[in-house]
Amino acid sequence: MGSNGGTGPTVATVTNSAKGYLVRRSTRLCLAVLLTALTLLAAGCGGGSADGPVKLTFWTWAPNMDKVVAVWNEKHPDIQVTVNKQDGGDPAVTKLLTAVKAGKGAPDIMQAEYQKIPTLVSAGALADISKDVPTSATGQFGTAELRAVDLGSKALYAVPQDTGPLAFFYRADVFQRLGIAVPTTWQQYAAAARQIHQADPTMYLGTFSANDAGWFAGLAQQAGASWWATKGQTWSVDIDSAATRKVADFWGGLVQEGVIDNKPMYTPAWNAALNDGKQVGWVSAVWAPGVLEGNAAKTKGLWQMAPLPQWGSTFTDGAWGGSATGVTTQSQHPEQAAQFATWLNTDPAALKALVSDAGIYPAAKSAQLTTPPAFFSNQSDFYEVAAKGRDAISPFTYGPNVNAAYNAYNDAFGQAADAKTQSAFGQALTQMQSTTLSNLKSSGFTTSQ
Amino acid sequence: MSRSAPYGFLAPAMVLFTATLALPILYSLYLSLRGVQVQGLGLGPGARQEVWVGLSNYRQSLSDPAFVHSVVRVVGYGVLLVPTMLGLALLFALLLDSRRSRGGGFARTAIFLPYAVPAVIASLLWGFLYLPDVSPVTDVLHGLGLPAPQLLSSRLVLFAVANIALWGGVGFNMVVLYTSLRAIPTELYEAARLDGAGEVSIAVRIKVPIVLPSLVMTLIFSLIATVQVFAEPTTLRPLTNNISTTWTPLMAVYRDAFTRDDIYSASATSVVIAAVTLVFSFGVLRAVGRRAFAER
Repeated sequence: MGSNGGTGPTVATVTNSAKGYLVRRSTRLCLAVLLTALTLLAAGCGGGSADGPVKLTFWTWAPNMDKVVAVWNEKHPDIQVTVNKQDGGDPAVTKLLTAVKAGKGAPDIMQAEYQKIPTLVSAGALADISKDVPTSATGQFGTAELRAVDLGSKALYAVPQDTGPLAFFYRADVFQRLGIAVPTTWQQYAAAARQIHQADPTMYLGTFSANDAGWFAGLAQQAGASWWATKGQTWSVDIDSAATRKVADFWGGLVQEGVIDNKPMYTPAWNAALNDGKQVGWVSAVWAPGVLEGNAAKTKGLWQMAPLPQWGSTFTDGAWGGSATGVTTQSQHPEQAAQFATWLNTDPAALKALVSDAGIYPAAKSAQLTTPPAFFSNQSDFYEVAAKGRDAISPFTYGPNVNAAYNAYNDAFGQAADAKTQSAFGQALTQMQSTTLSNLKSSGFTTSQ
Repeated sequence: MSRSAPYGFLAPAMVLFTATLALPILYSLYLSLRGVQVQGLGLGPGARQEVWVGLSNYRQSLSDPAFVHSVVRVVGYGVLLVPTMLGLALLFALLLDSRRSRGGGFARTAIFLPYAVPAVIASLLWGFLYLPDVSPVTDVLHGLGLPAPQLLSSRLVLFAVANIALWGGVGFNMVVLYTSLRAIPTELYEAARLDGAGEVSIAVRIKVPIVLPSLVMTLIFSLIATVQVFAEPTTLRPLTNNISTTWTPLMAVYRDAFTRDDIYSASATSVVIAAVTLVFSFGVLRAVGRRAFAER
């Protein structure tokens, strides 16, 4: 662009002066001048596209990602990345799907939540970058994250960026005051919930949130569920499985007893309850400190993180959140884009910047994390507990209609949470299964089951 | 002037009408008859193909129990909202127009002001008041020794949503009615007073019949707004378990189009809603309107 702007006026000047000379001087000279000008112009243009930097756009909603990208831009003058800040995972996906339908307007690089990758791949939005990402890079990730980005095939649709292993966050001061031991099993969690609610009827160890399908999916994942599966060329939905049912019954039972609250998370009421010490526990993910810092600033220094309570003797975990960096099918420079995605998520300098600037928990196991988040500065083993969870995340297959399933969760479990009976939770699960399956069929997919 | 001149003058309006209304409607009709067929697992490029599906999107949307419930719910919402809103609007307009009213300018502005608050902002404000844990109303009631009502519970949530629309809608309708009241020639009132009519009988016998056409117009606006209720429940939804994502017909359209990425079903449902709105508005206009306008 700069070179065009420079040569444009030059050509005009030369042409004008050429006209003036045309009468008196020989046409040969004039032609020579013109030719020189054209050569210069051609050289300028050619130089621009061959030597100028490749320009890539990157849609992401992680805070301060521009600072991380600045590290890359400084080291790679030939591949310049521009960050385009998005509102969040869902709006970004909606925008990308619209751009794909329109045939233009998509970025080169896209941050996408793990559960959205099948949707994006099935819409033809993400390119297969398996050829451009070396195995030395993919080797840094766990099987659960890799399965989420290769969808069980030989392709690779994104490079894992961050992960959200579930953990149990609790108010250490309250547990100490009431003499409750930190639960390591779900039975102990239920007992602690009863004890806390008995000690103070306005106090709860947690809430069952019908708004947060990702949270429930993570809990089901820990119990061994995988909500979708492929067999040959057909999809199947396995939401209403024994593992998920165990989780639904467990929470339904606690809600029915009244020892766990039934109001959704992320409401002004929930924020106030966290801040006022009425919600004294939260089954959440490794990114919880940031949320607690924003919503319950008064409780700084009172929280601790413990590994997620367990169902059996083998330690397993699930994930809530986490995303990957993909390359879109509209990118003109997929190779360079894949190179950036690889660097962002595996290079030590990039990982350091991701942690310190963007505040995310990288999926790469090589990431060095020692200092706990500010809100948990009292817990020196914060990242040891997190790593224990990350390394135990069970594999889970997401289908191409995750949005429909999550939406069915909102509606079905919203009713169940309001009904406050364990049997309603079971019915909600049945409904979620049938809605998801019929949506998959009506969306034109071949299904078995 | 040539014969084509009128068409020239009509052209801008026709172009706008075609480009922004007729074409989108036709395109929706076309989309509502389409669907997607997926080859294999649908993960490779070009695995999705748009195909004709006939009326199956319509069958599916009309037989969806969630959609049927949303329609029933909105009928209840309309029965609750429209008479209350128009009743209050008429009452306020008559009071402001009466000779004895004082501080009319202030009252008019105060009643109209909520209309200037966008529905999303209004819903957020009311949402805070409805949540017992953060509502100042709860503190007041507790101070008086009374229990706080659970306004977002399954029994009361319809009233809670209707209340927001009422708060925002009375002012607008009041201004429409008030304006047409001001247009009534005062000679009519003088004649009535000479005949011994009081303020109340002037209101009932003269003012109301004369503003009836305006009342019919506000009724139709209100009915259309009722069918299209969306912003208030969508904004309140994250605060409660009792508003589903298909709580109103338009929310169902939104879910299909943007959550499920299924513009075909969304188009079919939109066409149904548009047709019902059309039939409904014209029906009301024919039933009430003829009488109202004939009396003028």
